[in-house]
Amino acid sequence: MAKRIYGIFDDEEVLMHAIPSLKKDGVVCKDVQSPFPIHGIEPLLNIPRTRISIASFLYGISGTSFALWMTWYMMVHDWPINIGGKPNFMFYMNLPAFIPVTFELTVFCAAHGMALTFLLRSKLLPGVTAPVPHPRITDDKFVLHVDVKDESKVNDVVALIKKSGASDVLLNSMQFS
Amino acid sequence: MDRKYELTRNNKMIPLVMIAIGVIAIVMGFMTDKTRTWAVLLQNNFYFTAMALAGTFFVAFNYAAQAGWAVGIKRVPEAMGGFLKYGMVAMILIFLLGKGDLYHWTHHDLYDKASPEYDAIMAGKAGFLNIPFFLIRLVLYGAIWVGFTHMLRKHSLQEDIDGDIVHYKRNVGLSATFLVLFAVTSSTSAWDLLMSIDAHWFSTMFGWYTFAGLFVSGLAMMCLIILYLRKRGYMNHISENHLHDVGKFMFAFSVFWTYLWFSQFMLIWYANLPEEVVYYQTRWRLFRTLWVANLLTNFCAPFLVLMTRDAKRKTTILWVAGIIILCGHWLDVYVMVMPGVVGADWHIGFIEIGVAVGYLGAFILSTLSELSKAAIVPKNHPMLQESLHHHI
Repeated sequence: MAKRIYGIFDDEEVLMHAIPSLKKDGVVCKDVQSPFPIHGIEPLLNIPRTRISIASFLYGISGTSFALWMTWYMMVHDWPINIGGKPNFMFYMNLPAFIPVTFELTVFCAAHGMALTFLLRSKLLPGVTAPVPHPRITDDKFVLHVDVKDESKVNDVVALIKKSGASDVLLNSMQFS
Repeated sequence: MDRKYELTRNNKMIPLVMIAIGVIAIVMGFMTDKTRTWAVLLQNNFYFTAMALAGTFFVAFNYAAQAGWAVGIKRVPEAMGGFLKYGMVAMILIFLLGKGDLYHWTHHDLYDKASPEYDAIMAGKAGFLNIPFFLIRLVLYGAIWVGFTHMLRKHSLQEDIDGDIVHYKRNVGLSATFLVLFAVTSSTSAWDLLMSIDAHWFSTMFGWYTFAGLFVSGLAMMCLIILYLRKRGYMNHISENHLHDVGKFMFAFSVFWTYLWFSQFMLIWYANLPEEVVYYQTRWRLFRTLWVANLLTNFCAPFLVLMTRDAKRKTTILWVAGIIILCGHWLDVYVMVMPGVVGADWHIGFIEIGVAVGYLGAFILSTLSELSKAAIVPKNHPMLQESLHHHI
């Protein structure tokens, strides 16, 4: 298993320039943690585009289907109620009345599904400790995650990271120390 | 960067031929069916004037929000606003000459107690719906819209020449003022020009509904003009990131239009009050195909076509979506105007298509000639660099 080490940077511009030069030297840059979103860093780290929009579409479709089924079952099939003289023996005749419910459930399912998927995929569920290798990444530090395959070369990689502008390199996460 | 659009003879030919087709259609229309022709004229005139107004509105809210990304494309909506002056003059002429056919409320005997045509409801509305006040309002709309379009354009062009920041600041103030006036006039003009066709009927959603339609059709037109200029090599500074934003606008406001369409429809359908529901009864009985097609072309098509991120960044898909939206909203205005004027006698034939083609030609010619008067890239705009480096 590869050894994960952490390069600490003080400035996002330095970090942005460090990543391509480190990659050229064969260093495996896996991830970056930063106090704010850094524009244009995803392509540098070869992070693929998120598929959450596809997931969201599917959640939305499920919400729509569920709402249509639910209104049909409750209002037409199981217990038809005549509200305001509206025809209630055919689903499509009463459809306009069901559209608000359908809309709400579509949005509800899409939004909650997306949020929960994001939390699950990011391993950020309640009770789970967030991986924070350096306490100041929510303040002013930028952390570059680097994987070193060959443990004997850790010192070379550390030197390379320091040379590219890192203020410090952690060999272990500071999370519990 | 200083390039201007060149309006060559060849480029002029196509719109001029389109205008000629429009003129033939109008002449033919007046020879065969006067009422229908007035209705078609009102529909197309409203549609294209509203589109021009959407251009000015786009410029104004970008100034008021101090948004940077749209600076690179702002000459296009600016040029679209140039059609407003012709549209408003034509609107006043259409009202003056065609009011007897178009607007039932202009008939004098409705207000004469001795007449068998006396209409107590219309007599109650006479304080607002009377010809002098209507004309005053029309002129006022024209003055506000054309005036602000002109002032915004003037400062924008002057900024190209002297690069003084004062023009930008002045335009922010002008835009904020325009937006307030636009909020009121876009609503009241919709009551006046479209809602008063069915003068007994009223809907408090109508102004917003019309606004949503005019804005999204203006965005679609703007998108198509940008794509055309890009294809001709005039807008190489506009990347797919800008197109993505324009696509997002088209998508979002198609959904917004649907929201208002449905809000207006559902409340009236549910409450089922005779004086309100008559509006949809006519449409459902006589215009069912168009009424359903309206919803399909203006909601389902753009919603599904423009949903993904990739779709909004591809020119082919934007062409398709823009054309669908333009046709759809033409149909939308058609279904707003026709039932109250011609009722069951509606027919989409050469008159409708011809007049639409003529108006499209006039709109294109006006926009392109406005575009050719100034550099495509506004030179000294303070947010120009932000727009050129726009990236999402």
